[in-house]
Amino acid sequence: MSNSNFTRRGVLKTGTIAGAGLALPTYLSAAAHEGFTNAPTGDTVTLGFNVPQSGPYADEGMDELRAFELAVEHLNGQGDGGMLSTFSSKVLDGTGIMGKKVGFVSGDTQTKSDAARASAKSMIEKDGAIMISGGSSSGVAVAVQGLCQEAGVIFMAGLTHSNDTTGKDKKANGFRHFFNAYMSAAALAPVLEQLYGKDRRAYHLTADYTWGWTQEESIAAATEALGWETVEKVRTPLASTDFSSYIAPVLNSGADVLVLNHYGGNMVNSLTNAVQFGLREKQANGKNFEIVVPLYSELMAKGAGRNIAGIVGSQNWDWKLENEKGDRYAGTNAFVQSFGEKYGFPPSQAAQTCYAQTLLYADAVTRAGSFNPCAVVEALEDFEFDGLGNGPTLYRGGDHQCFKDVIVVRGKENPENEFDLVEIVEVTPTDQVTYPVDHPMFSGGALGSCNPGA
Amino acid sequence: MDQIILQFLNGLDKGSAYALIALGLTLIFGTLGVVNFAHGALFMIGAFCAVTVQRILTLSTVVEDPTKTDFLGNPSKISTPYVESWFGPETGAALIDWSVPLAIVFAIPIMVVLGFIMERGLIKHFYKRPHADQILVTFGLAIVLQEVIKAFYGANPIPTGAPEVFRGSFDFGVLIGFDPNAIIYPYWRMVYFAFAAVIIGAVFAFLQFTTFGMVVRAGMADRETVGLLGINIDRRFTIMFGIAAAVAGLAGVMYAPINSPNYHMGMDFLVLSFVVVVVGGMGSLPGAVLAGFLLGILEAFASMNEVKAIFPGIDQIIIYVVAIIIILIRPRGLMGRKGVMEE
Repeated sequence: MSNSNFTRRGVLKTGTIAGAGLALPTYLSAAAHEGFTNAPTGDTVTLGFNVPQSGPYADEGMDELRAFELAVEHLNGQGDGGMLSTFSSKVLDGTGIMGKKVGFVSGDTQTKSDAARASAKSMIEKDGAIMISGGSSSGVAVAVQGLCQEAGVIFMAGLTHSNDTTGKDKKANGFRHFFNAYMSAAALAPVLEQLYGKDRRAYHLTADYTWGWTQEESIAAATEALGWETVEKVRTPLASTDFSSYIAPVLNSGADVLVLNHYGGNMVNSLTNAVQFGLREKQANGKNFEIVVPLYSELMAKGAGRNIAGIVGSQNWDWKLENEKGDRYAGTNAFVQSFGEKYGFPPSQAAQTCYAQTLLYADAVTRAGSFNPCAVVEALEDFEFDGLGNGPTLYRGGDHQCFKDVIVVRGKENPENEFDLVEIVEVTPTDQVTYPVDHPMFSGGALGSCNPGA
Repeated sequence: MDQIILQFLNGLDKGSAYALIALGLTLIFGTLGVVNFAHGALFMIGAFCAVTVQRILTLSTVVEDPTKTDFLGNPSKISTPYVESWFGPETGAALIDWSVPLAIVFAIPIMVVLGFIMERGLIKHFYKRPHADQILVTFGLAIVLQEVIKAFYGANPIPTGAPEVFRGSFDFGVLIGFDPNAIIYPYWRMVYFAFAAVIIGAVFAFLQFTTFGMVVRAGMADRETVGLLGINIDRRFTIMFGIAAAVAGLAGVMYAPINSPNYHMGMDFLVLSFVVVVVGGMGSLPGAVLAGFLLGILEAFASMNEVKAIFPGIDQIIIYVVAIIIILIRPRGLMGRKGVMEE
């Protein structure tokens, strides 16, 4: 040890420099086109799919990418056509988009805003992508949406659930098919009342970033309107892996419900920790202690294993929807069949939203008769459609948010197989989750006007 | 008072993980003089040893069930684990239930061999290279190991449960006169703390009471003189690398039921463990253990609502704040030797 030529300062300094070097973003030169950004000139049109291919959401990102590939196949007339046959708009005929074959490039968001912007920028400037879609995080969606607005391309958001995406951070060039935190809360509240009653005391653990804040605000407001009391709202660092020190005080706080406003790995770990601390077996205020996770996905349910059993949450879509709730959700079975035949397992809600977004973009271009982003915006605004698996849906012009039914789910106690992890408890109709454009939870930003770029 | 006891207990199990990883990290630094940025990856691989054993024990025969259909309308499949077919349903189910403790036996040789391969195959070529090269190569190795695990197991966390008998929690508060539910603590975290104490004790006993350990300690103090006595200190240090890898791996195996393993978990612990080593005193084994528990407990206290109300966000930075203070006051770290790493 005494012979070592290392110094503490040297090691620390070198480590810092090495880390900074690895994190350097990539800057790429800009390329402009006339008329509007990346106007397609040949016989192909390029779409950019920006999904997490590394990092904690890589599996969800890969599922999105599978859905995008399937959508491109169907647009180009390959495969079984998937939801093209059930989609209420009939302008897509399997010959690409306006006769141009659809090609795509993909980028890796890494679920980091700067990396996502860099990869979107590269796809726009280097590969000529005319539309960007995908993503598994609201922080990333807001960042990429802003970039697309500046660059003059359309952004068809993937999985993003923060109110801010179509609230204070909404942009004219951005569109969201996925539901949001307000809708989750509005859909969950009546079910929570039915299951757990009106006299409850809730303790919130919330991921400390844009999605967590809006999820906490939404679910707290909805449950307080039922008569529930909010005992405590505790913010947890996004980088947390062990939530024991946040969960340990819950039982002694007077609360009888724990609301986990966590997503992805955060949720898997916090739920696992909560079950380890025996919360689900305890009684508080003379009632069974309950845990609520306002938003969770199939992959999260898989990660949480048996801990998800009995946990109530909400989803944008579920692959069993048409079988269990009927023809209103037409398109679901066509998509599940198409996806399942190709990949061997049912699609996730992230995959469904990405597939639908690609078709909706292609349809809007075709109906508009132009790839010009401003024409596409006009075609999508206040567009009413059906047959994409969610029932009748409206793309509202005032904020570019889709309005459709919301599904309330519960983790299955005894799943029959690895794909059958949640059961559909309720489908909350659209009118119960609809809110005015100027709702306070969505205020603070302006849609602005579309930017065609170039 | 109950909250203080509760957070102290929380700090102990967090500290156990920090101490076990930091112990291996400082052992490698003390012997080979290498800051091993791949050490967190060894912890992660340990956790995936538990996943692998679970998967091996649940390998199944699959038969079609014509009475049910899968999501595509094809006949669904019924899986029966081989261990249940071979040893009977009860014994087979018990083996699967105890997959994490069983994984300890599986993980030790895997981790020791992996440690040898890492040291002999890559790291030894960088002993005489600058600090930057060593850090970059071990960090690069960590990324490669991560990606290999991701390629095999995916990015999603994989639930790996503790044996049924250790699930749930113990009402510790009732034992010491508090109200029911005041101090609840999970059984498996108690097991983890006890396991960490045994491993730490075993490593210290090995170094303190065996001839091999004595030579290693002598080599850590003065490598050249030990070499001049005709002892092949390099070989012993390589073995210590293997032991350090096994310690990190065992920490990972037993951590698997606490948080579902994912390919990135090593990186989550690496930076904190590095800070623990610096605070404890680089190369100091007792320092690593002391700093591991100290920082784990401080982190738990910092996440108390009462503390956060006074210092918002303190839970995110407490470890780094304490590290800065300790390094400013005592640059060699808590138990670092005078003159070592003080420049």
